[in-house]
Amino acid sequence: MTLYSISDKKLDGKCPTGPIEKRWTQHKASLRLVSPANKRRLDVIVVGTGLAGSSAAASLAELGYNVKVFCYQDSARRAHSIAAQGGINAAKNYMNDGDSVFRLFYDTVKGGDYRARESNVYRLAEVSANIIDQCVAQGVPFAREYGGYLDNRSFGGVQVSRTFYAKGQTGQQLLLGAYQALMRQVARGQAVLYSSHEMLDLVVIDGKARGIIARNLITGELERHGAHAVVLCTGGYGNVFFLSTNAKNSNATAIWRAHRRGAFFGNPCFTQIHPTCIPVSGDYQSKLTLMSESLRNDGRIWVPKKKDDPRKPTEIPEEERDYYLERRYPAFGNLVPRDVASRAAKERCDAGYGVGPSKMAVYLDFSDAIKRMGRAAIEAKYGNLFEIYQLITDENPYETPMRIYPAVHYTMGGLWVDYNLMSTIPGLFVCGEANFSDHGANRLGASALMQGLADGYFVLPYTIGDYLADDIRTPKIDTRHEAFEEAEKSVNERIEKLLSVRGKTPVDVLHRKLGLTMWDYCGMSRNAEGLKKALQIIDDLEDEFWKDVAVPGTGKEWNRELEKAGRVADFFELARLMCLDALHREESCGGHFREEYQTEDGEALRRDDLFSYVAAWEYTGHRQPPVLHKEDLIFEYCKPTVRSYK
Amino acid sequence: MELRAQHGLLKSLVAKKILMALTGLFLCLFLVVHLSGNLQLLIPGYSGRLQFNSYAVFMTHFPLIKIISYVLYLSIIIHVLDALVLTIRNRRARTVDYAVKSGYGSTFASRNMGILGSLILIFLVLHLANFWYKYKFGEMPYMVSPEGHYVSQKGEAIPGAVLKEGHLWVDGVDKGPAMKDLYEVVRLAFGQSWIVAIYVLSMIPLGYHLAHGFQSGFQTLGLRFGKAFSVIRVAGWLFAIIIPLGFAIIPLVFYFFPEKLN
Amino acid sequence: MKVYLKVWRQRNAQDPGRFVDYTVDGINPDMSFLEMLDVLNNRLISQGEDPIAFDSDCREGICGTCGLYINGRPHGPLPRATTCQVHMRHFKDGETIVIEPWRAKAFPVIKDLVVDRSAFDRIIQAGGYISVNTGQAPDGNAIPIPKEDASKAFDAATCIGCGACVAACKNASAMLFVAAKVAHLGRLPQGRIEARERVLNMLSQMEKEGFGGCTNTGACEAECPKGISLENIAFLNREFIKAKISF
Ligand SMILES: Cc1cc2nc3c(=O)[nH]c(=O)nc-3n(C[C@H](O)[C@H](O)[C@H](O)COP(=O)(O)OP(=O)(O)OC[C@H]3O[C@@H](n4cnc5c(N)ncnc54)[C@H](O)[C@@H]3O)c2cc1C
Ligand code: HEM
Ligand code: SF4
Ligand code: FES
Repeated sequence: MTLYSISDKKLDGKCPTGPIEKRWTQHKASLRLVSPANKRRLDVIVVGTGLAGSSAAASLAELGYNVKVFCYQDSARRAHSIAAQGGINAAKNYMNDGDSVFRLFYDTVKGGDYRARESNVYRLAEVSANIIDQCVAQGVPFAREYGGYLDNRSFGGVQVSRTFYAKGQTGQQLLLGAYQALMRQVARGQAVLYSSHEMLDLVVIDGKARGIIARNLITGELERHGAHAVVLCTGGYGNVFFLSTNAKNSNATAIWRAHRRGAFFGNPCFTQIHPTCIPVSGDYQSKLTLMSESLRNDGRIWVPKKKDDPRKPTEIPEEERDYYLERRYPAFGNLVPRDVASRAAKERCDAGYGVGPSKMAVYLDFSDAIKRMGRAAIEAKYGNLFEIYQLITDENPYETPMRIYPAVHYTMGGLWVDYNLMSTIPGLFVCGEANFSDHGANRLGASALMQGLADGYFVLPYTIGDYLADDIRTPKIDTRHEAFEEAEKSVNERIEKLLSVRGKTPVDVLHRKLGLTMWDYCGMSRNAEGLKKALQIIDDLEDEFWKDVAVPGTGKEWNRELEKAGRVADFFELARLMCLDALHREESCGGHFREEYQTEDGEALRRDDLFSYVAAWEYTGHRQPPVLHKEDLIFEYCKPTVRSYK
Repeated sequence: MELRAQHGLLKSLVAKKILMALTGLFLCLFLVVHLSGNLQLLIPGYSGRLQFNSYAVFMTHFPLIKIISYVLYLSIIIHVLDALVLTIRNRRARTVDYAVKSGYGSTFASRNMGILGSLILIFLVLHLANFWYKYKFGEMPYMVSPEGHYVSQKGEAIPGAVLKEGHLWVDGVDKGPAMKDLYEVVRLAFGQSWIVAIYVLSMIPLGYHLAHGFQSGFQTLGLRFGKAFSVIRVAGWLFAIIIPLGFAIIPLVFYFFPEKLN
Repeated sequence: MKVYLKVWRQRNAQDPGRFVDYTVDGINPDMSFLEMLDVLNNRLISQGEDPIAFDSDCREGICGTCGLYINGRPHGPLPRATTCQVHMRHFKDGETIVIEPWRAKAFPVIKDLVVDRSAFDRIIQAGGYISVNTGQAPDGNAIPIPKEDASKAFDAATCIGCGACVAACKNASAMLFVAAKVAHLGRLPQGRIEARERVLNMLSQMEKEGFGGCTNTGACEAECPKGISLENIAFLNREFIKAKISF
């Protein structure tokens, strides 16, 4: 059976040409505008209230569009962006250390292992400075120096300090800024907030995105909402793995439903596995907690040289420890990029050197740093992280090394969008982690927050106007249209179907199995055989799901199990596409490591001649072979080189 | 942003609370004055009696003090009514109560200001009926010097004076009003064990009320700046101990050590 | 380990509700409290019973979604932690644990342990923001802000909007929540411009929502998972007085 087919037409990202530093400016100048009087007549739906969604919704409402904004949480402020810790990058060069828009652009393209669009990334770097200004004006309390000016720190192994931060709660502070801007628009009546609402389908009329079907999670009622354009800012899909650092309810339903309605899915297999997370402690585990990347600045990572060493870490003498990152990558040591660090940990544990009760962990040891800098200095730098660690594990990291292990953290893949952030469905825009993004095959630390806010504050408000300029004569979208009828009916049928199984197995149990399969075969390293096996297991699990899932209660009430079941049903379908994408991409790049494609000493082997493209998948039906569309990537400013950290 | 809030000075809960604090702290100030006056009761002998009774005259006749005393009555009334309104409004904010409550993080006093205040109110009524009402409108003994002469409000013993309608007359000449002997009323009252018991026990709710109220009043008025607030907190504790203790000592001394006062 | 639970069950806002007893066995002390409830729920689901409704999302103490009133305390026995950060090792084997929803008139129960906290959103809408449109901002370093002010503003801004302060307060007052926002914005120069409207509007909305007033008991501060200080309420009171005497 063919797994997929390939379209021979190349996909066009509609990127402007010309000198890269002029592209966005010129493009903006060429975009059509909508007059204030006409904006008043145009409705826009924004799904998601994370950094991307809140910033987009607030900015569009400020412009005068009528905005409806949705989130599944009980308050817009609880979107998953709230959890981001480390910081946000911006090419301000406040530190006078040689940073520039070009350097941020270059670092991002290189960090993404040359699988991102140059034009997009340059634009991202260009608007990054405006983001900081906007946030400061909103009252985001960034860290400051004694002189009262903004402080920066270095992050993720780059050579400049360009990361703005608010202690370990940068995401929270940025999100509250955007959320408050949105609440201001809600108070003005320019935006209407639908919290505790989950989008369950996209409505497409005459090939254009014209609305959504949403379920009121409190009453269970299905609602139709029409608009001239729909913006999805629904975040990443890392929860396909069940265990991840994402919030429990993060899901792919919105983008997956849009995909089923015709939006291509870009690079689904590109997932980021973060090296420093608190390891799984038991099979009841519900989620994983990130320990900030910054810990690797002072902590040393090691495992015992002896397999199954029963001794306490503090009793193992220096010469019996294997500081494997320092050994393998003497130049970068513990500071190698995330993908490299994660794979190295997995390699050691798979080889039987793992530590802790599960043997799936490595040590992150601060004893040298404490000796060198003193406990107080470490406490000042990492105190809150150490506290979180102790809260969860009941171990004191000042006295015994932390145990860490990689965990799913971010998805670079997402709905494919052109330079205007529009998907292949006209009128459907996608921002933030939900789109296939500017990060290529690997995201640099502190760049996701930057991208979400760039999209929402400074890109979409311009580009959406160009699309809506054609729509100024379109009256309010009539939700009695048969497309709404059909979409609502199909959503309803699916809910009924989920409720009618009345099986014995809780959703979580099946989700956990799916996650484990993905982790084993489509996780930190992949191979053709495993991926094919995974495709089979996913089919089986999906069959089991529809035969035996237990969804209690009814659809007409608050019903978390029903919500979860719908999301997991979509995860099965997405998981299949992820494996397929991973299978088709016969190279190693960034977060995607194919065991068949590695150098002699186990490093990733990129194959630019064959795979320097974005893989955008078109849906053709459930379990039908999808169509692969390729968008070629052209590098004019950052010539691809081998990433080496030795 | 537009101002959308309700207008009216006292409409909001915070405004009402500020009124609580202003009246409450004013009452605290009054307590200091009142106690320092009352402590004169403990000065032994005739001079103590004279001093206390003169003080009582002063407190009831000096015009400025009179005004202040009206402010005081008003404060008590406002404090009590405001307390009632606030307590009822605050209760209404939780319609279904918890099955288990721990009270963690709050003091007993802070959770029971209403009850403590009500106990104080009951005491206040008794107290006023006992002394203040009697002093102003009731049958009062008049002060007599050790030599057996009536004493004028200026504190002078006037030999040969006779008492008629509160005034002292010597040979048909009005020598001014006579000094009421409040001290004697106090002495008699504090000779009775149940009155002493009420007075002493009532100082317990007062202490608790102040233990929370003193620092709380500052907090309500926004007078809290970093470490300085711990000074206020300590002062509040001291205040809550010293003031009620001071008040309680008086009846105790009268009851147990009357000889010390002679 | 094993625990006995007494859980508040209430089908919907109209249902009067009641306590139901459950026994959960085979608990690993390293489980989080919510994972213990997950285990119980999965058992109930397999048995065809209705699982206990409770909400959570980030499960790392930052989103403010979770919030259970455990043995008389919001977020349970651990200071400075949200419900999702409490682990079973903080309970005794064989302990009876009573779980109730946040109780406040302004937080009506949706189902079992889930309450509607949209009142908080409306309070922010009333004035918990700085009016600046996208694109209007001057350079980030145009207004230096003393480090001390910035860090005090930050401390106030760490509020996660969980509502534990309301749950803990005997008056179900939202003062700590409101004060945190008033102080966060009011301590920054950008926020001074609308300081007067902000404090009056937000307080007015708080009352409209049916929250009680502050009586300075301090329970909120003690139970707040983010350690938001009562000093912020004093700040709010100052702002209020300033607002009332400036016309
Ligand atoms: C623990 C952690 C730490 C991180 N730290 C950093 C960091 O330091 N720096 C950095 O740059 N990045 C960091 N990231 C990544 C970054 O936080 C995210 O990529 C980013 O916040 C995503 O923002 P978003 O707006 O795209 O989506 P989200 O914030 O995930 O928001 C998604 C929104 O969509 C809504 N939604 C989803 N589906 C539906 C639906 N079907 N119907 C209705 N609403 C829906 C949700 O309610 C939510 O409002 C971190 C991520 C994690 C997990
Ligand atoms: C000598 C007498 C009294 C003194 C010195 C006094 C003092 C105070 C003070 C300083 C406060 C704190 C105000 C604040 O927190 O802002 C207070 C609060 C309070 N008082 Fe009194 N008080 C007295 C009598 C009473 C009486 C008679 C009542 C009657 C019912 C009462 C009821 C209360 C209540 C309920 C509060 C708390 C109100 C709140 O916190 O909102 N008090 N008092
Ligand atoms: S002030 Fe504290 S308790 Fe109240 S909502 Fe904010 S974080 Fe929760
Ligand atoms: S679930 Fe987010 S704070 Fe507990």
